[in-house]
Amino acid sequence: MFERLLFEAPDFFTYYNVIFLLEAAARTLGMTLIGCTVGFIAGLLIAVLRQSVNPWTLPLRVIAIAYVETFRRIPFLVIIFIVLYAIQPLMENASLLTIATIAICLVSTAFLSEIVRAGLESVPKQQIEGARTLNFGAARTLWYVVLPQAWRVILPPAIAFAVMFIKDTSLASHIGVVELTFSGKMFVNRGFSPLLGFGAVLVLYFLLSYPLSRLGTYLEKRLDPSRRS
Amino acid sequence: MTHLDVRDLACSYGSEKILKGVTLSAEKGEVVSLIGPSGSGKSTLLRALVGLTLPSAGEVRVAGKAVDYSSRKSVRELRSQLAIVFQQYNLFQNMTVMRNVTIAPITIKKRPKAEVEALAAELLARVGMEAKHDAYPEELSGGQQQRVAIARALALQPEILLLDEVTSALDPERVNEVLDTIRRLTDEGITMLLVSHEMSFVREVSTRVVMMDDGKVVETGTPSQIFDSPTHERTRDFVGMILKH
Repeated sequence: MFERLLFEAPDFFTYYNVIFLLEAAARTLGMTLIGCTVGFIAGLLIAVLRQSVNPWTLPLRVIAIAYVETFRRIPFLVIIFIVLYAIQPLMENASLLTIATIAICLVSTAFLSEIVRAGLESVPKQQIEGARTLNFGAARTLWYVVLPQAWRVILPPAIAFAVMFIKDTSLASHIGVVELTFSGKMFVNRGFSPLLGFGAVLVLYFLLSYPLSRLGTYLEKRLDPSRRS
Repeated sequence: MTHLDVRDLACSYGSEKILKGVTLSAEKGEVVSLIGPSGSGKSTLLRALVGLTLPSAGEVRVAGKAVDYSSRKSVRELRSQLAIVFQQYNLFQNMTVMRNVTIAPITIKKRPKAEVEALAAELLARVGMEAKHDAYPEELSGGQQQRVAIARALALQPEILLLDEVTSALDPERVNEVLDTIRRLTDEGITMLLVSHEMSFVREVSTRVVMMDDGKVVETGTPSQIFDSPTHERTRDFVGMILKH
């Protein structure tokens, strides 16, 4: 078996194929980064909105809760297909990559908003009351008191989510986005040994996710106990 | 003019009435102590005064001006004159001692940083915490945290200071250091409303004592009236029971 891999390797690791693989890895990374960034920002907004007690925001809160509870319960692949068929009539020229990225953002927002919400709720009520009696408004309370303390509760699961999400983007291959998993399939279809094609894909997935895990560990150590303000 | 004037203040948590019409007042510079059994509404009264619990009825006047607790502007104005120190200190865990004391004057009141830091250093020295500027709350004992909390409240230069059972969460040997700090403040002309179970302390520092029970004021008087010759049976029972221990 190894002989076969060695035999195929020179044909596999050609300049063109390596570029092709790296581009696929870049798509995987790009979808993950955009998904997690958009998801974190939108998730933070939803989490903050859900903490509001203002009656004027009630309709928005209901929509936010319905959205979060729905999108966390539908399989990711189903959401990708829904977005595919819902968007095509609206944006005829939308690329498959755009469609997959939109689906990813929808899912990551739902999950990350729950992670952020748990973090915000972990801050004791007394901290918020202390801020209020010092005349902090809602935004300043959030910025100076709640977020710095919620951060270390939010970070570990958020990083774990991002690491998991790198893998989940492989589902985008089902609608034909040429990301890492899809590129592996293409090599196999072109006659390369599956071990070689998917082996290369495996290594690239590892190279994408391992540094992220390390970054998470580093940040956790630096934030615990919280020494930032 | 009466500095703090509370009339028929009522408060409920859900259907449970905690305050059933409380009336009391404090002149400028007075130290008024609230005593009474647990659950009598003392802490709720302080929380209501500072706007953390919305009153359902009654009126609060500060220096003659009525406070509208449903108006953000009115509450903000109130809180610029009135500070509260909590039983559990409520220091910001993510900030150093210095930052805890200076953050509100700098970011909310927009006062110059250098000036506020000089004031904070002076206040921290006054509560005996000058060596701990860069410590975080979790590194301090309860008594030390409470003294920082007092300095934080004073940094706002309040005219009225509310103290909510500030020694109840402390180890017995830490109680005195906090009481000493408050004792020194009583000479400075800040109007104080304090809830305490330290009866000898209450007796020593108060100009007036208010006995509360079941969400109402039972009796008000000078310390010697309340402790030596209480007129209500409820006060007599409570004071007698407390002083025996």
